[in-house]
Amino acid sequence: MPTAKRACAASLLVAASLLSFRVAAVDLRPPSSFDAIADRAERSRSIFAEAGKVIQSPRCLNCHPVGDRPTQGRDMHPHNPPVFRGADDRGAVGMRCTTCHQSANFDASGVPGNPSWHLAPALMAWQHETLGEICAQIKDSRRNGGRTLAQIQEHMAHDVLVGWGWHPGGMREPAPGTQESFGELIAAWIATGAECPV
Amino acid sequence: MSITLNVNAQNHDVDADPNAPLLWVIRDDLGLTGTKYGCGIAQCGACTVHVDGEPVRSCSAPVSAMAGRKVTTIEGVSSRAAKAVQKAWVDLDVVQCGYCQSGQIMSATALLEKVPKPTDEDIDRAMAGNICRCATYQRIRAAIHAASAELTA
Repeated sequence: MPTAKRACAASLLVAASLLSFRVAAVDLRPPSSFDAIADRAERSRSIFAEAGKVIQSPRCLNCHPVGDRPTQGRDMHPHNPPVFRGADDRGAVGMRCTTCHQSANFDASGVPGNPSWHLAPALMAWQHETLGEICAQIKDSRRNGGRTLAQIQEHMAHDVLVGWGWHPGGMREPAPGTQESFGELIAAWIATGAECPV
Repeated sequence: MSITLNVNAQNHDVDADPNAPLLWVIRDDLGLTGTKYGCGIAQCGACTVHVDGEPVRSCSAPVSAMAGRKVTTIEGVSSRAAKAVQKAWVDLDVVQCGYCQSGQIMSATALLEKVPKPTDEDIDRAMAGNICRCATYQRIRAAIHAASAELTA
């Protein structure tokens, strides 16, 4: 095969393999699609289960680890280099999150970034928890940063680092839906009594 | 795009793509080649510099983000901790091939400036992102303890 054709074929193979790693974004059902559920508590639980598609996506779970080390990737493997949360959830002394993660995703190196890059506090560990257990934690002011439900909704709908989950850059799969649609689900869950899945 | 960079306490006006990695501006535009290219994806630590006193992988930092900040490279690092680290590196003959060592020294210095008497765990956590293919890790840790002893004597 001529060199130019070989190069072209190789490029197509690389492009195809890269595309195969990118999973199509998943949509979220709007709160109105749960209106047919007559029982209010059951409707609330169903709405939270829909929001759980975001909460339990690797994009969110990776930074809600059990213990002191984040994970990364769709398979949630241990973060490499091996980093630790440190005293302020922003890395160990001398190996801060900002040692590698800047204020925006950086295409030249592929390293993701955000102005508020950090781990969720250890009390907010979501990995290995059921959706019901995560729900209970989110509602528990002793484990949610002292937030009211209204503040939880504000955090989910508008926090800039939460929002990164839908704009992860590179070939990373974004969280399902949009931050706006996720925020609408959380608002509807609260409005229907903030019931937790069993 | 014209950017004013403060590197090693000197201002430099450089004409660079705002998305250019700081590493290449340091090396190619300023001629400061002590900072090394290792992997280009923040996995090895060879390109570590200090930005406002904190270690940063210069391969993964856009030069546009450095405006108004103080960048220090291996050529300019000169604090008491840095001098103690450099002396310990020589005394213990830490270096083998040497390629990663400017990054190692920048990370070790950043640690000692915050924690003058680090434990093994402090050292391991701070240095975890600095790879040494010659595997001089034991000497690196010993040299950081030696530098610490000099700093805290």
